[in-house]
Amino acid sequence: MASSSVSSGSGSGSGPKSVWGSLKSGYEAGVPLYLKVIDAYILAVFMTGIVQFAYCMVVGTFPFNAFLAGFISTVGTFVLTVSLRMQVNPQNLADPANSWQSLTLGRVVADWLFANLVLHMTVLNFIG
Amino acid sequence: MPPSHSIFDCCLALLPTTREQSAKERETRRVGSWDRSEGDKMHVHVPGVGYVRGLSQRQLAVILRVCTLGTIWAVAFCIRMFSVLRYESIIHEFDPWFNYRATKVLVDDGTYAFWNWFDASSWYPLGRIVGGTVYPGIMYTAALLHRAYRVIGIDLDIREVCVTLAPVFSGITALATYMLTQQTWNEAAGLLAAAFVGIVPGYIARSAAGSYDNEAVAITALILTFALFVKAVNTGSIAWAALASLSYLYMVSSWGGYIFVMNVIPIYVLTLLLMGRYTNRLYVSFCAFYVLGTLLSMQIRFVGFNAVQSSEHMGALGVFGILNLYCCAMWIQSFSSPQTFRAVLRLLLMGALSLAGIAAVYGIYSGYIGPWTGRFYTLLDPTYAKRKIPIIASVAEHQPTSWSAFFFENHFLVMLMPVGIYHVLRNPNDTNVILVVYGVFSTYFTGVMNRLMLVYTPMCCVLAAIAISELLSVWMVPLKQKGVIPSVRSLFRSDVSSEDAASTSAAGSTSRKTAKRMSKRDASSSTAVQQHGTAPVTDQVEVSLGLILVVFGMGIAFVHHCVWSSSEMHSSPSVVLSYKVRSGDRVFIDDFREAYQWLNQNTASSTRVLSWWDYGYQLAGMSNVTTIVDNNTWNNTHIGTVGRCLNSDEVVAHRIARKLDVDYVLVVFGGLIGYASDDLNKLIWPIRISGSVDPSVNERDYLTANGEYSIGDDASETLTNSLMFRLSYHRFADVVAPSVESPIRDQNRGTVSKKARDIRLHSFEEVFTTGHWLVRIYRVKPPHARGFPLLAPVAET
Repeated sequence: MASSSVSSGSGSGSGPKSVWGSLKSGYEAGVPLYLKVIDAYILAVFMTGIVQFAYCMVVGTFPFNAFLAGFISTVGTFVLTVSLRMQVNPQNLADPANSWQSLTLGRVVADWLFANLVLHMTVLNFIG
Repeated sequence: MPPSHSIFDCCLALLPTTREQSAKERETRRVGSWDRSEGDKMHVHVPGVGYVRGLSQRQLAVILRVCTLGTIWAVAFCIRMFSVLRYESIIHEFDPWFNYRATKVLVDDGTYAFWNWFDASSWYPLGRIVGGTVYPGIMYTAALLHRAYRVIGIDLDIREVCVTLAPVFSGITALATYMLTQQTWNEAAGLLAAAFVGIVPGYIARSAAGSYDNEAVAITALILTFALFVKAVNTGSIAWAALASLSYLYMVSSWGGYIFVMNVIPIYVLTLLLMGRYTNRLYVSFCAFYVLGTLLSMQIRFVGFNAVQSSEHMGALGVFGILNLYCCAMWIQSFSSPQTFRAVLRLLLMGALSLAGIAAVYGIYSGYIGPWTGRFYTLLDPTYAKRKIPIIASVAEHQPTSWSAFFFENHFLVMLMPVGIYHVLRNPNDTNVILVVYGVFSTYFTGVMNRLMLVYTPMCCVLAAIAISELLSVWMVPLKQKGVIPSVRSLFRSDVSSEDAASTSAAGSTSRKTAKRMSKRDASSSTAVQQHGTAPVTDQVEVSLGLILVVFGMGIAFVHHCVWSSSEMHSSPSVVLSYKVRSGDRVFIDDFREAYQWLNQNTASSTRVLSWWDYGYQLAGMSNVTTIVDNNTWNNTHIGTVGRCLNSDEVVAHRIARKLDVDYVLVVFGGLIGYASDDLNKLIWPIRISGSVDPSVNERDYLTANGEYSIGDDASETLTNSLMFRLSYHRFADVVAPSVESPIRDQNRGTVSKKARDIRLHSFEEVFTTGHWLVRIYRVKPPHARGFPLLAPVAET
């Protein structure tokens, strides 16, 4: 019964509005506040990346290294913050396949900062 | 907590406080961890003092490991020093001379001069943008080492640093191999792998003292990158992934083979995904490594934007996309109900795949994503270079590898490698799989090009070490059970009596080695090999001893072979030749350096010398002259022009030489002493390459009527009129066969055509021939002042 056929605009069954609604309610209920803060940051970085890409499509790729530096800066920050979120998420800590139970919070944040340092120093060098 | 208004403190206050795990409960997932109980300390009886509390088991293990690895480093250094002991401290071969010249520019003129260096004295008149077309890793390494030595008070000349760089780095490679094996298997196999890599001939071939080439540091960076990445996958820590990407930057700066790393790691990640072994650790390590690594690799000018534009990197991008998609799906699943998740999943998949498909099609058809370059396409289709790009096919290193080469370079390890793969496939975990991926791909590529044996060898050592370690672990069990070798635990009991201590100290060294080999393994792997105390394979001590002795015998043969091959085969500087006379003395033929020094001392540095591209780097390095083509082979047309000059008749050759402003022509001729790699033997390549550039050159013209390449009496007219033939055999007949009736015998090629007698050159003039006639230098005569054709000098009657 739970077919994924898209019925336009209807609020019942599994139309896009109800899918979106249930996703939203699941997110608001299941995700603690500090993870939502990190998610907001990730979303902001993602939007920055999209804006840069759209700008590049409109204006052109010259100078290419500047575009790449800016774009990869957003992609890198996105990936690193997602990794941070994973390592802080209590659901992941409970999973025995992830062996990072021994990584303290300080260590996790220090790792994240170190990787960001490498990323942004390279971006600074590359942006020309 | 004091009230604070910073957002960081607010976030900290929100965070859960479940991370108070003590350091003792640190992850024990690391395979092969030694027993880390601090409690057992060995009691040592010191006469006259009594019992002294000695080292704990763990401390002893650390000391032994450090000492073993240090010894491996020292041995790896020493085994590569044969050429320095036998000849002198000289840069070998051809490519290292360019690296040495570039390093001198870096050390003398500084890094900005090096980074922006435009070399006007090679590839005349084109010049070469060295800063943008070189892999700077090895030069910076040598310069940094040079400075580091100075800081600690060792004032070495840069040449010495360059000559000994490869042996030093081979020790680091052994350490990196230890780390890689220890992360993927256990420490016992790690020590064995480090020992094998230290002395295996396949690696010595490109890292002997004096072989100052890119591979000397590139293999270290390769293994280090794999080891750090595997550590990152094991621990799931972003910092290790960042370190792996920094090591990848070092790899990119050293060698073109970084493509291999950037393809093996994504294939390994994909394999884990297909095996169903996705974990968050995998996401963290690969994504951080990929993004940082790609960005860092673009900092090297030679790579530039290839990292995002060339097809060779698209595989990694694809796996990055797939991994992100997978993770996104997992994330949505975590907070949504199954029905909504299924609805979203299909939408997500279709959206992402269509986007990727559109981007790929657009990229390929608009030419934005370049196709695979010739050098790497040859790896997929080995016949490609032979048909399309003769210059790639002409390089001796690019020929397919024979089985005997596999055995020679790796000895018995090559036979144990499949056993290692078997063991890995029986106990796969998150990190083992990389050994299989690396092993399979490197085996295939090494079969295509024998230059890549270097990449195959470390993997062969690791897998063979795993095989031997497993073998010994199984067969040690009966020995320990019967008490032939006492177990190590008896040494470390805190209430050990004096008699026990005395009896076990004699067998102490053997038991410690045994203890090493009995390290614990990952709990998730199958328990085919048991710790001491569980069911043995057989009760017979003799069988075990016999098998272990066989392994040790093979090891002894291996060491003997490594030392012999390093001494005889891999220590030749190529610049100096030598042979042993019957009395056992060694005779050195130093003709190359004689000729280069003649040029250095008798010509200005702006003199232009034309030779085949093999000698370009050596000429630039030792003679300090301007060369027309050199080993970089970046311009096929220019090499074709030089080839055309060498294979056409004297008038045309003189015209081409004048067009290129050439002052001297250098020819290598091995006819007097039997040196087989001389220019006449290579002439087929100038013909083929110039044929690819100038359609008027027909290879058929240079062959005999039967289609053979011969310089005997049936040699073709075009061949005997060619400049190379005439310059090689000029005056040769007068020396070797003075009387007209006797045949002219060339030590390399047998009887030479009668046309080699009485060669009179009208446009070239011989200026120097070395003592063994190995190198011959001719001057290009300037044109006649009034435009008349040049005439050959009249023979004295």
